[in-house]
Amino acid sequence: MEEISSLIHGFGVALSPTNVALMFVGVILGVIIGVLPGLGGANGVAILLPLTFGMAQTPGGATSAIILLSCIYWGALFGGAITSILFNIPGEPWSVATTFDGYPLAQQGKAGQALTAAFTSSFIGALLAVVMITFLSPVVAKFALAFGPPEFFAVYLLTFCAFVGTSKEPPFKTLAAMMLGFALAAVGTDTVTGTLRLTFGSTHLLTGFDFLVAVIGLFGIGEILLTLEEGLAFRGASAKINSKVVLETWRELPRYWLTSVRSTLVGCFMGIVPGGATPASFMSYGVARRFSPDGAKFGTGKVEGVVAPETAAHAAGTSALLPMITLGVPGSPTAAVLLGGLMIWGLQPGPLLFVEQKDFVWGLIASMYLGNIAGLIVVLTCVPLFAAILRIPFSIIAPVIIVICAIGSFTVKNAIFDVWMMVVFGVLGYLFKKTQYPLAPLVLAIVLGDNAESAFRQAMLMSQGDLGILFANALVGTMTTLALALLGWPMISALLGKLRGKQG
Amino acid sequence: MKTGIALAVSAAFAAVLPTGAQAQTWEPTKNVEFIIPAGTGGGADQMVRAVQGIVAKHGLMKQSILPINKAGGAGAEGFLDVKSAAGEPHKIIITLSNLFTTPLATGVPFNWRDLTPVQMLALDNFVLWVNAKTPYKTPKEFIDAVKKAGPGKMKMGGTGAKQEDQIITAAIEQKTGAKFTYIPFKGGGAVATQLVGGHVDATVNNPIEAVAQWKGGNLRPLCVFELKRMPYKEKVTATMSWADIPTCKESGLDIDYLMLRGVFMAPGVKPEHVNYYIGLFAKVMATPEWKKLMEEGAFNITALKGREYADWVAREEARHVSLMKGAGFIAGQ
Amino acid sequence: MTEGPEGGGRAAFGQKSAELAVAAFFFVIGAVVIADSLRLGTGWQEVHGPRPGYFPFYLGLIMCAASLINAARALLAKRAEDKAFVEVGQLRLVLTVLVPTAVYAGLVSWIGIYVASFLYIALFMRWLGKYPWWKAAAVPGCLIVVFFVVFENWFKVSLPKGPLENLLGLG
Repeated sequence: MEEISSLIHGFGVALSPTNVALMFVGVILGVIIGVLPGLGGANGVAILLPLTFGMAQTPGGATSAIILLSCIYWGALFGGAITSILFNIPGEPWSVATTFDGYPLAQQGKAGQALTAAFTSSFIGALLAVVMITFLSPVVAKFALAFGPPEFFAVYLLTFCAFVGTSKEPPFKTLAAMMLGFALAAVGTDTVTGTLRLTFGSTHLLTGFDFLVAVIGLFGIGEILLTLEEGLAFRGASAKINSKVVLETWRELPRYWLTSVRSTLVGCFMGIVPGGATPASFMSYGVARRFSPDGAKFGTGKVEGVVAPETAAHAAGTSALLPMITLGVPGSPTAAVLLGGLMIWGLQPGPLLFVEQKDFVWGLIASMYLGNIAGLIVVLTCVPLFAAILRIPFSIIAPVIIVICAIGSFTVKNAIFDVWMMVVFGVLGYLFKKTQYPLAPLVLAIVLGDNAESAFRQAMLMSQGDLGILFANALVGTMTTLALALLGWPMISALLGKLRGKQG
Repeated sequence: MKTGIALAVSAAFAAVLPTGAQAQTWEPTKNVEFIIPAGTGGGADQMVRAVQGIVAKHGLMKQSILPINKAGGAGAEGFLDVKSAAGEPHKIIITLSNLFTTPLATGVPFNWRDLTPVQMLALDNFVLWVNAKTPYKTPKEFIDAVKKAGPGKMKMGGTGAKQEDQIITAAIEQKTGAKFTYIPFKGGGAVATQLVGGHVDATVNNPIEAVAQWKGGNLRPLCVFELKRMPYKEKVTATMSWADIPTCKESGLDIDYLMLRGVFMAPGVKPEHVNYYIGLFAKVMATPEWKKLMEEGAFNITALKGREYADWVAREEARHVSLMKGAGFIAGQ
Repeated sequence: MTEGPEGGGRAAFGQKSAELAVAAFFFVIGAVVIADSLRLGTGWQEVHGPRPGYFPFYLGLIMCAASLINAARALLAKRAEDKAFVEVGQLRLVLTVLVPTAVYAGLVSWIGIYVASFLYIALFMRWLGKYPWWKAAAVPGCLIVVFFVVFENWFKVSLPKGPLENLLGLG
């Protein structure tokens, strides 16, 4: 197998002492970036990019540089889960779905367990994705080329239908919340015509509402306000803190192998397409909730509900690097910055990179294996430390969290206006939670709304308004049909149940 | 108030320096914000981060450059930010064609005259690309095929709406009478892939956005929208270099378009501030890294400054107004 | 502290009024969206496909309709279901944090995020946590130094600063 020998060569490149040291530095920086909301993987990598500029000019330096930067990326993928689980504040967009079960687990005093499950499944997702990259990259890269606007729209539709179909809240409240999300996503410049929408002449609204600001407010600040009703304390302060929790959780995890496999597939698909890690995590959570025997209890603190989104997010985050390397198309914002980095260093990503820059590509792939192992070691040894944060008295940690949220909101777009919006979203989050408006469809709509609308309108431009384009070929047709089937699944399963009842 | 104190502080610093030397040798007293009116990962973003890297590596400045992306409202966010920072010497901005197109297309109130011109860094070329699997070898063959297919049947992919790519598309339509359906995407890389995947029929990507696919044998350049051929003679593919791509004009498609990659400052800054940055960029442009970047992206390395730069920008503005008026892209038109 | 503080058992708002208020919020937002969509055009345009207001218009309509239904359901709910939305004591606690947070967010643009954060954490610890002054000053003091180093020096992210930083030459 040619891949194996190339990979072994790659390990040789990646395993130099400097590169291993860079890996750990990268992962630790990445975890810090992941923990601080607002400072995302993309900013983190962009910020450190110029540092690597000098590095990349030395022989073999480009490999070291990409190892450092990609390890920041892995670290950020790991780190996003920490604040999601402990405080219901997603450090990164793709860890929103992790809050759904991770935070309830932490409230029950099982923060250590949730963190271990999150980190381990992230690792597994990434590992399987790297294996796929190693052996299937030429085939898979071609697959991404099949995606035009109608296909993208079908992917977004699929994400939506997979996630939304089983909402437990009153349907009209779900609908209203979702529409609010779409409306927020529409604010700013309309991609298709370049017109300004819903900005009412305000310069603050030119950029629209950032997903992260909404999420920090709705989830983070809203949750703190809710907690306050019950007094000045966090629930879950009694978390067990010892390193045994890691081993105990590991014993439980193999039970969810099916969920892991499914989530990895969802993640790899979304990474390659490229749909992104955030939709992947939502889609995977939705699919797991539907098909798991425990699905009805999702949202109350199930380990499986942490496994599903984390596996998918990491699998997607990893496989998003594939279209970047082979096509020069970034599968995620972070990949976009890495791509810019490659060009600054004088490397041309594209079909020939595998041929022309063998050392670089295989060094990078080897560092994906090693970087994720480094990441897992770093975050797992810190599990007790993270869980111990919950023991800090409320009147210290609460204002600190709010300050971190404020800094996070600011850094997203360097706008103080976003700090104010964070407070407004916090109040909304509190009110919505108490009046049973679901927040998850709302944030999903903010994430996907803009892209879904652009893809739909691009598709309509291509077909001159003919909806048939959504069924025009096998690929898009299958996805659209699957999406509609998932949306109608509750009805279909009820019907099947009836039929079965008749036969019985 | 804020600037008042800042001025007081810099005056205090200046007082320490020997008087007289101060007029020529202003230096930043804190980190310089380099505003990018576009998203992370795009062409402008890459250029700014490369400048940041070069400045840091060669120690060209005591303070650091901090790139800040302000992409909102097709870049309006970034321009308004600099416009409102009157007299602030620690803020510079890189511009794309959206310096002209955004105010015209959206009606957001700003104009390049609100800013202080510093220096042109380079001009970005545009090339007409088709999928290598199609039979078209010259712009004429391609345009004829577009006309034959009927109005709106062939699809042109491009970055953004009512920006440079769509302006060039409109210019082609006006010159030849062919009619495209223009499909806007978010980034140049995505546009190139859509062309490789056969979802659109042509693009006007910048060289750097499409070069990898050209090398890979997936795309074919038909012509460059320049008055003379690009100067880079080193082979990119087995048979062709950038210099081998004919100009559109010599192929009978009389259109030329270059995109500005230039630097501006806030209004009301002093001449010594502008001179400092002109000096800084002269040092940046002398580095081998910068030259390499120019060649990678097949840039036009015209780098006007001062009066000439302002005149160039004024001419380009007039041209954009007429191009956009002709295409019906002006807000409220 | 698991129970609300003294004298706080009364309902400040009923669930019904809260439901109606939230439904009204959605209706207003829906109406605003519809208004702007009408300005942009909601139909089909020859060259550009659906106009910019096409999507927002319909989602605004759905939002308004859904909020009317939600409001109707709240009004029709039985009296017994109208439990307390929030008790006076709870509301007081929520407001003791919300009001300073809003003030904090407002202060950021005047005095910078570092000074504002220092004051916010210190006062929070002093008033709600009853910590001695020296602790209430030491904790945020250390924190903002750490933040400054991490953001300004490591990551080169410039956070909002005010007169104090400018005076110290850190701006």
